[in-house]
Amino acid sequence: MHPIIKLVSQRLALGFLLLFGASALIFGLTEALPGDAAQAVLGQAATPEALANLREEMGLNRPALTRYFEWLGGIVQGDLGTSLTNKLDIAESVGNRLGNTLFLAFWAAIVSVPLAIFLGLLAVRYRNRWPDKLISAVTLTTISIPEFLIGYVLVYFVAVKLGMFSPLAMINDSMTLGQKLNSIALPVIVLTLVVLAHMMRMTRAAILNVMQSAYVETAELKGLSNFQVIYRHAFPNAVAPIVNVVMLNLAYLVVGVVVVEVVFVYPGMGQYLVDHVTKRDVPVVLACGVIFAAIYIGLNMVADIVAILANPRLRHPK
Amino acid sequence: MNEQITHMAEQVTAGKLTRREFMGKATALGVSAAMASTMFANAARAAGPKKGGDLKFGLQGGESTNSLDPATYASSVPFQNGKQFGDQLVEVAPDGSIEPRLAESVEGSADAKVWTFKLRQGVEFHNGKTMTSEDVLKTMERHSNEDSKSGALGIMQGIESMKADGDNFQVTLTEPNADLPYLMADYHLIIQPNGGMDDPGAGIGTGPYKVEVDEPGVRHLYTKFENHWNPDFGNFDSVEVVVINDATARTAALQSGQVHAINRVEPKVADLLGRAPNLTVHSTAGRGHYVFIMHCDTAPFDQNELRMALKFAINRQDLVDKILRGYGTVGNDMPVNAAYPLFDGSIPQREFNLEKAAEHYKKSGHDGSPIILRVADGAFPGAVDAAALFQQTAAQAGIPLEIKREPNDGYWSEVWNVQPFCASYWGGRPVQDQMYSTAYLSTADWNDTRFKVPEFDEMLFAARAELDNDKRKDIYSKMGMMVRDQGGLICPMFNDFIEGVSNQLQGWESDPTQEMMNGNMSRKMWFA
Repeated sequence: MHPIIKLVSQRLALGFLLLFGASALIFGLTEALPGDAAQAVLGQAATPEALANLREEMGLNRPALTRYFEWLGGIVQGDLGTSLTNKLDIAESVGNRLGNTLFLAFWAAIVSVPLAIFLGLLAVRYRNRWPDKLISAVTLTTISIPEFLIGYVLVYFVAVKLGMFSPLAMINDSMTLGQKLNSIALPVIVLTLVVLAHMMRMTRAAILNVMQSAYVETAELKGLSNFQVIYRHAFPNAVAPIVNVVMLNLAYLVVGVVVVEVVFVYPGMGQYLVDHVTKRDVPVVLACGVIFAAIYIGLNMVADIVAILANPRLRHPK
Repeated sequence: MNEQITHMAEQVTAGKLTRREFMGKATALGVSAAMASTMFANAARAAGPKKGGDLKFGLQGGESTNSLDPATYASSVPFQNGKQFGDQLVEVAPDGSIEPRLAESVEGSADAKVWTFKLRQGVEFHNGKTMTSEDVLKTMERHSNEDSKSGALGIMQGIESMKADGDNFQVTLTEPNADLPYLMADYHLIIQPNGGMDDPGAGIGTGPYKVEVDEPGVRHLYTKFENHWNPDFGNFDSVEVVVINDATARTAALQSGQVHAINRVEPKVADLLGRAPNLTVHSTAGRGHYVFIMHCDTAPFDQNELRMALKFAINRQDLVDKILRGYGTVGNDMPVNAAYPLFDGSIPQREFNLEKAAEHYKKSGHDGSPIILRVADGAFPGAVDAAALFQQTAAQAGIPLEIKREPNDGYWSEVWNVQPFCASYWGGRPVQDQMYSTAYLSTADWNDTRFKVPEFDEMLFAARAELDNDKRKDIYSKMGMMVRDQGGLICPMFNDFIEGVSNQLQGWESDPTQEMMNGNMSRKMWFA
């Protein structure tokens, strides 16, 4: 078997094992929280009678292990089950929310990844001169400010005062792509500002590291322009750490944006998950948890594989 | 000047003058801005409701876990949803009287035990079926039978039997209750086809708007139901309820015109928001109250002297000023206020008095160990700060309070109604009887102060059976005094509903029953 295929299949198997572990952990932790779905749904209005009726209907009287393995049995057949609280099909609601989350993450990535890498290259080209310092100062400032604050500031000045873009990033199926993009413009800007510095700094550091090496000096001596040296000789050798940090940030854009979702009232996965955790809706929490874990594991796997492919020594092991 | 104003008002009604122009001209004539605003509203109202337009609400209190099933309603967004697509038999009018909805009239027997609702004929459900007394019966059964998990189960407990009889729906009670019509106005009791037994969350009702899109926790879209029984209800082509739980996002959405009305404006921004030119902040005195509750049967709170000491040691006005920023009124250690019918306004207000607090504290013989008060931000907005203020004033009277912060998550199941001293919130009820029966009757499930006084229970039942309002008022006054002087309730304040409404909307009415005009904005208001 080709070593790469072997590696990928090993990683995949490990990934599934990790997913299984994650689901058990999530289930255990949700169970350990005080109260259950029936109690959370009825809230202050819970009478013992209503509580008992609701527990019976939700099937919460059965042992926890039985419920977990029933859920596991369902998911291997592709059935995510129905929500305890509002009886909606989980696959359908999650599908919608996941679509929205990926939509936002996709556009944020389309803007931020090329911009970060370009700014990183620019910073190397003019290192220790004012463009480098300006780029570093600005991106480090935006990453240091909490994202909700950037969000509020943009909402106030751009949406309320200037009347550009909508303060609510509500999207739905009846909107055209243009309307949707207009609607998510502010959250995309916020997310870009938040993830930019990390990727830009990594690009800069990785390339500077390579720039110290002898072959770069050779390239300079043979008369290549600065950008060509960076682009053709330094960048390919620095790509592994850059891909790593890009993948981590992509994962963040999918699973870590709950605060931005709240500020812009964006109907994504984060808010959906938080609502269901508060209501102890275990099947939904499990479904979201497993999807998030899968995305994280998947993106990290991609980063590993790219790192291996980018390195001839790892690509052709002796 | 009057003639000029009248002329301008005519121009407004004819649509020749905008609000801004009217305000400008009126103030130029020496009319105050507040006065001009009222004049404009009156002029616009005189023109009568206009039809059309798409109304958008931005509301706090919606989650992805919400369902359209009325039995599950427990927060603001589901409450509004129910009001869009459904009708109850009766509704509590803004003045506290009973307004007919799906029932044309209500009649009680002389002993207040048998109540007959004469149902409106020819009312159509959104699925095309005609409403019958059978549907009403099934609805009430679903909310009260032994399998019920309805939020209305508590108020349905006194019902002995129900029957559907032609055009009438009849309820027989185990004990007399002069307030039964108010119980039937509960927002959970939306009449559904076959009582919602088949598909409770389908959102099929008789309301002025029918469900178009239902995305829990995101948005709910309704379009006008043309065959609604009352053509005066529902002036909009569509109504959209957008869930905006974040307070800042909500105000931004209103300011930028993305939504026309928002609920729960934070007291600290209400004044600032009110200065914006295109909207009005309405503050409505309601029946909701923020409280600290002590269990009357648990040491050390089983000593009335200690309870009185704590009641005297809280500075109510200071809390209203600091926690509610003035958007509320002081409480009097009773769960009722002037917003309730039959309230006796002559009961003296309990004042902040450190000397009396110290005196009572001494008499209680408490050993001086810290008294633990449990709070969470979720108990009521500002609960933690309120507790800190309480702690400071109590310390001045020599009473050691220790604040224990609890997580919001699980507060209502683990702390409230479990721990002997904690912060809490009550949304209020339409009538005094309901408030007292829910939380002060010895046998009530939610007797969160463990107030168990047989004499009080007797008075409560006597008031229920009494059809003479003067006598009832008298009994309620005595009951109020009893809770005030013996109960475990420290009620520092009643909060207002604070809502932001775009000036494009006309027809605002103050309604103390619930927030957002008791959910009737989309029925009664219109676009100018």
